[in-house]
Amino acid sequence: MGLLRAVALNTFREAVRDRVFYNLLLFAVLLVGTSLIIGQLAAGQDVKIIKDLGLAASLLFGVGIAVFLGIQLVAREVERRSVHATLAKPVSRPVFLLGKYVGLLLTLGVNITVMAVALFAVLAVYQSVTPAGVQATWTAPALDPRLLIALGLIYVELAVVTGVALLFSTYSSALLSATFTTAIWVAGHFVGDLRTVEQIGASGTTVWVARLVSWVLPNLALFDVKAEVVHGLPVPAGQVVAAVGYGAAYGAAMWLIAVAIFQRRDFK
Amino acid sequence: MTEPVIVVDRLTKDYPVGFWRPRPYRALDALSLEVAPGEVFGCLGPNGAGKSTTLKLLLGLVTPTSGTAHIFGRPVSSVASRERVGFLPENPVFYDYLTGEELLTYFGQLCGLRASEARRRGTALLDRVGLGAERRLAIRRYSKGMVQRLGVAQALVQDPDLVILDEPMSGLDPIGRRDVRALILSLRDEGKTVLFSSHILSDAETLCSRVAILAAGRLQALGSMTDLVQFSVRAWELLLDGVDATLEHRLRETGATMTTLSPGRVQVHLPGTQPPEPLLQWANGAGARVLALQPVRETLEDVFLKHVEGKRRDVPGTTGGA
Repeated sequence: MGLLRAVALNTFREAVRDRVFYNLLLFAVLLVGTSLIIGQLAAGQDVKIIKDLGLAASLLFGVGIAVFLGIQLVAREVERRSVHATLAKPVSRPVFLLGKYVGLLLTLGVNITVMAVALFAVLAVYQSVTPAGVQATWTAPALDPRLLIALGLIYVELAVVTGVALLFSTYSSALLSATFTTAIWVAGHFVGDLRTVEQIGASGTTVWVARLVSWVLPNLALFDVKAEVVHGLPVPAGQVVAAVGYGAAYGAAMWLIAVAIFQRRDFK
Repeated sequence: MTEPVIVVDRLTKDYPVGFWRPRPYRALDALSLEVAPGEVFGCLGPNGAGKSTTLKLLLGLVTPTSGTAHIFGRPVSSVASRERVGFLPENPVFYDYLTGEELLTYFGQLCGLRASEARRRGTALLDRVGLGAERRLAIRRYSKGMVQRLGVAQALVQDPDLVILDEPMSGLDPIGRRDVRALILSLRDEGKTVLFSSHILSDAETLCSRVAILAAGRLQALGSMTDLVQFSVRAWELLLDGVDATLEHRLRETGATMTTLSPGRVQVHLPGTQPPEPLLQWANGAGARVLALQPVRETLEDVFLKHVEGKRRDVPGTTGGA
């Protein structure tokens, strides 16, 4: 446990020292600036748009970090050969990989927490300057606690994307890893379409291939409850628990496959 | 009888070379050797000899194709075999966003030390390698020599019983090399076992109790310095000034070979079976001055060249030693 903690904290420190959290400043500026503009233009829909924008930006910035840091988790260490001194210590490769993964999840956790605070702060300010009569027309309160559910599931999605990036980074270059991970993130949002591909006229081998791919790709649509939260619709607890469980299982599977590959690697 | 620290038995490593139809490239071929406790053991050889591959096999960084290796009785495939081992990689690269102190604390923790103990050890080691004043400087600001010293410090962070150093003198200035030599000798005096690879034969000659000479992935010679190097005098070399034709003729009659460096100044090479004293008397009698007289002995370099000449090769896809 001590080894895992040491590797994870070192990974977190690397992210901090690489000034990864500067993206938060950009996020805050984008959020506040856009909110001010929307406040002038979209009366009645403004709070929904701010929530939608805040959640979408949280996801996009988070995926950017997950891909950018995830692909470097192992690939950069191997390319720069800093892995030689580290793995010559009495630390196993599975623990090293898990520590790296946990360290990046910690980084993403801090990132999304700060984004959540920024989003709630903007919404709180917006609520305080909005007349009560206008607030009464909102389908959900500005400071809706269900936003936390949406943000939590975004975090689980980021954990899955990080797992995919970790897997690629154990055997591929940083550039290829980034390309593959981004492609899988995009494709992961269309898994549902792949499973119903026969409805658009596909048949035979195409259907089987599409189904096979759909079961291998992460079903990232499971983590998307933004529309429900923004429009004040219910989000069943069972759906949230299932999504979290699926994310944890998929992340663990990515780590296990990454370990299997990493164990066989020679560090020349 | 004391158990060997390192036991290597027919250790072989093939790397695949080529993309479409990879062929095996034999980097190390059936290496067998043992290193005893307290030894300073040198692994010598030209580029592509298999030195670094051997060290990486011992540390589990590379998996053997066949053969076995044990450290302190444990197979090198087990993490536990590295618990009492410190390692300095060739041309080391560390996390440059950390300070020297933070790096040693982190590595100490990876070796199972508590953070406070690792920090204490790190501070002492940075002082020992002459980086005490730079302990809070980011590693990205370190010079190459400072990184090498830091590498030596991190190899000692858990006070290991076996220290493996891959080209420890690389990138060091003469003072740095002297310091590392002194450090290796002090480790030996503390009873630790040191295994290092080097291109610098003079360092191996002064430091090692035993050496292995590798070339083209194969063991060419293995033994103590006294086994490998013939220390008896093979010849004498004299440097004379004011040599006239008579003296030169007389010297040639003894079987000595001569090189004229400048008018009147000659270098005389006398085969070791003959004593040099008569030549000194003749030189004195002829009014010549003896500027230098020195014995010629076999050096480790001679032994090295004898074993590796004609066996050099470069490892595909690498620029350094392998």
